[in-house]
Amino acid sequence: MFAFIARRIGIVLLILFGSSFLVYNLEALSGDPLSELRTSSAKNKEFLIAQMTRQLQLDVPPPLRYFHWLQGVLGVFTGHPDLGKTRNGLLVVTEISGAIPTTIRLVLGATILAILLGITVGVITAIRQYSRLDYTMTFISFLMFSLPIFWVAVLLKQYMAIEFNNFLASGQITLPWIFGASVIMGLVIAGLVSGSRKRVLSLFGITFLATAGLLFVVNLTDWVLKPGLGIVGVGLIVAGIAAGISSIIVGFENKRVLYASLTVALATISLYFPINAMWSAKHLNLLGMLAPLLIIFAVAVATPFIFTRVDRGSALRTTVISAAFASLFMVIDRMQRTWFVYSNADGIDQRPIPTIGTVSVRLDSHNFWILLMDAFVHVLLPTVALTLISFAGYVRYSRASLLEVMNMDYIRTARAKGLSERTVIVRHALRNAMIPLTTLMAFDFAGLIGGAIITETVFGWHGMGTLFRNAISSQDLNLLMGVFAITSFMAVMANLIADLLYSALDPRIRVGN
Amino acid sequence: MARNKKTTAAAENTTDSESQISLQETVGLSQGQIIRKRFFRHKPAVASLIALILIGVFVFSASGIHLGTEDHPITIPGWWKFGITEILDSNFCQTSVGCPDAAHPFGQDPIGRDYFALVMRGAEQSIMVMLVVGLIGGILGTIIGAVSGYFRGWVDAVLMRFTDFIITIPSIIIGAVIGFKFGNLGVVALATYLGLFSWTGLARLVRGEFLSLREREFVDAARVAGASNRRIIFKHILPNAMGVIIVSVTLMLAGAILLETALSYIGFGVQAPDVSLGSLINDYQDSFTVSPWLFYWPGVLIIGIALCVNFIGDGLRDAFDPRQRRHITRKELLKATFKTPSAPDTKRTVETEI
Repeated sequence: MFAFIARRIGIVLLILFGSSFLVYNLEALSGDPLSELRTSSAKNKEFLIAQMTRQLQLDVPPPLRYFHWLQGVLGVFTGHPDLGKTRNGLLVVTEISGAIPTTIRLVLGATILAILLGITVGVITAIRQYSRLDYTMTFISFLMFSLPIFWVAVLLKQYMAIEFNNFLASGQITLPWIFGASVIMGLVIAGLVSGSRKRVLSLFGITFLATAGLLFVVNLTDWVLKPGLGIVGVGLIVAGIAAGISSIIVGFENKRVLYASLTVALATISLYFPINAMWSAKHLNLLGMLAPLLIIFAVAVATPFIFTRVDRGSALRTTVISAAFASLFMVIDRMQRTWFVYSNADGIDQRPIPTIGTVSVRLDSHNFWILLMDAFVHVLLPTVALTLISFAGYVRYSRASLLEVMNMDYIRTARAKGLSERTVIVRHALRNAMIPLTTLMAFDFAGLIGGAIITETVFGWHGMGTLFRNAISSQDLNLLMGVFAITSFMAVMANLIADLLYSALDPRIRVGN
Repeated sequence: MARNKKTTAAAENTTDSESQISLQETVGLSQGQIIRKRFFRHKPAVASLIALILIGVFVFSASGIHLGTEDHPITIPGWWKFGITEILDSNFCQTSVGCPDAAHPFGQDPIGRDYFALVMRGAEQSIMVMLVVGLIGGILGTIIGAVSGYFRGWVDAVLMRFTDFIITIPSIIIGAVIGFKFGNLGVVALATYLGLFSWTGLARLVRGEFLSLREREFVDAARVAGASNRRIIFKHILPNAMGVIIVSVTLMLAGAILLETALSYIGFGVQAPDVSLGSLINDYQDSFTVSPWLFYWPGVLIIGIALCVNFIGDGLRDAFDPRQRRHITRKELLKATFKTPSAPDTKRTVETEI
């Protein structure tokens, strides 16, 4: 095993050496970095050219210059990597380390969201194969598969930002919208169930009325402008989610786990006011925000040991996932109460959803929640755009993978020995179906850092994609090679990690021979 | 205990009926006929195929075919009366200039060029890129994957490391280099280099398929009968791997059209004065509020073409993959146990199977 990993890492380094050598020389050939200066009318033109030549070592032929660059890169092993300087004399290392957090902020949320949503929808459509829901989702996912991101981005900017901000002027949902939203909700929920026509129709009616009623209440309470769940809302949602998760993971028959996860919900409700009090501290930071939530997780870890004697693993999984959702909704509740303050703040002027940029320049606030909200609204549109695009892939792959597993003999065996359909799917099918998806996920996470050139361009973010694009168009060799070194390293490592993960998860596949 | 027995019996019943159905479905037909039959049952795929052919015929007949470089163009004109460089008088309308009317069905752009001509030329370029990338990428990927999987050993190691090597090189850089060194070579050159860098995924898939197929009995039989390596690869193994290849190539096609539009969008693809669907969207994204037709038409065409290709790929996968079957739910198993004592209800299952 270790011999295998060592050999693979050796090969990876060789590949990186080869491709970086090639790219370095190609890029050096692709343009003349002095062309701008040569045509300039500055008086000290000769001096500027000489200076630039010295700075970028242009008098050294590219193949030799490459080794000089490589020597700097190998400084990684001594802790002092030197990727050279950009044309403007800035350190490439600083530029890149400034850009990486921006890019990660841009794409991390979208990737995680796409994976979670995509796998959920993929699994549901596979279980309900050839149902109306399946056909609809197949069509929608193909549509998303075919969308150019810059096209979606323009639409999102128009309808999710500009029009939505206009709508916030009144904050009242109009009747056609209420009707439309209720019909769509009804269709989605009714599409999820199978059964007699009467059952489907009555479910559609109930969902339709419930959604319409809810939206009327939203209008009456001005909820769009001053949202908030309150202790009752958070409590109901968290308890519902806790019960739902326990019914998916262990089934409703297992009352002990249900009580354990409901205890987590109860703990969340009783901690609602203390946590919110801690969150109102004046100089709150990210750690101070996360620390109170740890109490909920502590409860989640403790409860399985109190309530259950056997199969504590799945009980623990249930409670911890419940705790994660509970924390999420606590934060959502707190953020919702920030919404009104944020959208009326100076520099926002009641148009809270921006179309471009990473921060509101005119916003003058040091409140943690306001700043968090600011970061959130800026990341919102790019995240939606990226999620829409990559969501489709996960739906298709997880659906196909689960369908293939459902045809296996061991699924038939599991059914034949009388296991419930839930156990067959969650314990036997799903776990095996997710193995091939690890490869996809590994590559997606590796692509995080390099990936989003177009998204960054459309939404005006200055991350790695922008650096890469600027480096190419201005023939900034060191900058380009810096970005290339990081993205290609991530890509080959993801390849290696995917192989190792695959063999760890699937005992039929062995590495090394 | 009693329940278990019944379920097992039902499972056996269904297995019988499953094999009967697949026999009934395929008896007396060649492999090609079976696949064709299955493909034509996939209605969205057939509809997409028809739509794609119609779009292709319409676009190429309207715009004509433009090959070659700027200095040495090879042109077959289409039936549309305006060219993409002609600047025409434009009419004023409520919000802006050049609204769609009888003379200009897609309207005109702000400087007065006919937008129908531009969109058709853009679509022509995009479809051309798609076809060339599919052809080059498909052939390269198949050959490299086949050789690598068939010969194994050091050939495999070298070719797969070469594949890893190609994966790490960003195609944008190659595009920039070619653009600088040779100027604007036109869309075919762009498509060629995109094809030269897009075969890697296909090669891996084909290799995997060949690794398992080469161990099968029919390959041994062919070898014992004295077939050469080339004959075994192309006549015996390749037809069996065709499903994977075709599906992967359709995905590559849909990906290529998006990649080309994305490259043109950020300025590394098709260069002015030529246009592609991506560069049109890039040029007119700011006119969305005043002249929305400039924004919608290229996008609608990209989505239309990519959607059709994706659906055709889906239909082909269902047609080629014999394992793609409907899974049998518990409810159906129980139903089969109680309602069908001896003969399984074949007709109903046949209908639901595909």
